[in-house]
Amino acid sequence: MPTLTEEAVAQPQLTNEEIARYSRHLLLPEVGLEGQKKLKAAKVLCVGAGGLGAPLAYYLAAAGIGTLGLVDFDKVDESNLQRQIIHSTKDVGRPKIDSAAEKLQALNPYMKIVKHETMLTSTNALDIIKEYDIVADGTDNFPTRYLVNDACVLSGKPNAYASIFRFEGQASVFATEEGPCYRCLYPEPPPPGLVPSCAEGGVLGILPGLLGVIQATEVIKLILGKGDPLIGRLLLVDSLGMKFRELKLRKNADCPVCGTHPTVTKLIDYQQFCGIHPEEPKAATVQNGIPQITPKELKQRLDSGENIFVLDVREPHEYQIVNIGAPLIPLGELPNRVNELDPNREIVVHCKSGVRSQRAAEFLQKSGFRNVSNLAGGILAWATDVDPKLPKY
Amino acid sequence: MKIFIPTPLRVYVNKQDAVQVNANTVGEALSALTSQHPDLKKHLYSDEGKLRAFVNVYLNDEDVRYLPEKEATQVKEEDSLSIIPSIAGGCQPHGR
Repeated sequence: MPTLTEEAVAQPQLTNEEIARYSRHLLLPEVGLEGQKKLKAAKVLCVGAGGLGAPLAYYLAAAGIGTLGLVDFDKVDESNLQRQIIHSTKDVGRPKIDSAAEKLQALNPYMKIVKHETMLTSTNALDIIKEYDIVADGTDNFPTRYLVNDACVLSGKPNAYASIFRFEGQASVFATEEGPCYRCLYPEPPPPGLVPSCAEGGVLGILPGLLGVIQATEVIKLILGKGDPLIGRLLLVDSLGMKFRELKLRKNADCPVCGTHPTVTKLIDYQQFCGIHPEEPKAATVQNGIPQITPKELKQRLDSGENIFVLDVREPHEYQIVNIGAPLIPLGELPNRVNELDPNREIVVHCKSGVRSQRAAEFLQKSGFRNVSNLAGGILAWATDVDPKLPKY
Repeated sequence: MKIFIPTPLRVYVNKQDAVQVNANTVGEALSALTSQHPDLKKHLYSDEGKLRAFVNVYLNDEDVRYLPEKEATQVKEEDSLSIIPSIAGGCQPHGR
């Protein structure tokens, strides 16, 4: 049984102001003074100050986490404000990390905030993570998910994980000693472009709110050592049906990172792992064999009467928001409707930002269409460079 | 039995969130699914016919990979299969 002196050295003290602030925690048997001191002693790293990071960081600050690290290198965009509630309208254009730190400090002035305004990479991840006890992954891309996972396993730090897509989410706790890691669940990432981003597929604004708070809950439970954390459990959230399901996650003994004979013992090139090739330094005029055409070029050629067939591959609800009058075949329907297109005509494919149309163009080329181009930047670029009266979404 | 289809793949099954199939094993259920909806096949299976590693199939709440008989596991009418893909949300600055 540690003496009072040893206990005082091991645990930080709470000031009278903090005791008043955390009263509702102190009243809970599961937290109490001991638990609140654990929260104050804890150092948590939030990777990402966006959709998931916003509610996550807010509730960790509210709970009295002693040291909160934030990793984000992005700037606030207007379209973030539909869900990233830690940022406000006047923050548009500002680095997310500054905006987030300001609001968090205002909520909890007793918390120490450490800003890491950088992209997390294989060169810096281990150094950054080693200063913290727990990592909460709120990132928005597969390479970083794998990077955070591997770094957490190699550093021995638990990873409170959540991810979202449209109106569904997943949550779990990875990288504990006995539990599985992200690679036990998903040994391989999906090929680039298979799973649309929020910018392309959309996301219900509340969704990262729901999942971010679940993540914060798991972080707090791990620190307190109370409740049943989502170790070995995958929580599935369907916000449209308001259904919560749970699946069992097993630790894979053959996992290359956390298994009994790991083959990944240092961080790798995660972009390459996810099949993402580095962007060419100059603006590419051809990508994967598909010529790229700018909106200005296309407009010029259409105005001069060239016989170009412009194909829109977005979804009907996007067409309703804005369109340039091009016939619509949604990307998912293209394989079944390819006979509606004339393979002898020049076809320029467009979508919202140029990603789906690139895939459509590659598909058409593989199907024997010899004269297909991609509208670089999509209808967004058209609205910027050709017709500013068009709305952007 | 019912097969729950995750959101990213619903476009290949006429936007349904679940599909009914008749089958005696997990493997048969998945075959029935891809026969009914051939566009789904390449998203679930590689060219060599193996289930892709970023897609997990659960029989009720158990990962099929960890069942002793894996895809040969027998199923009952009241069982369900769930296809759980990996999602990362957010913006993907992939290649283009």
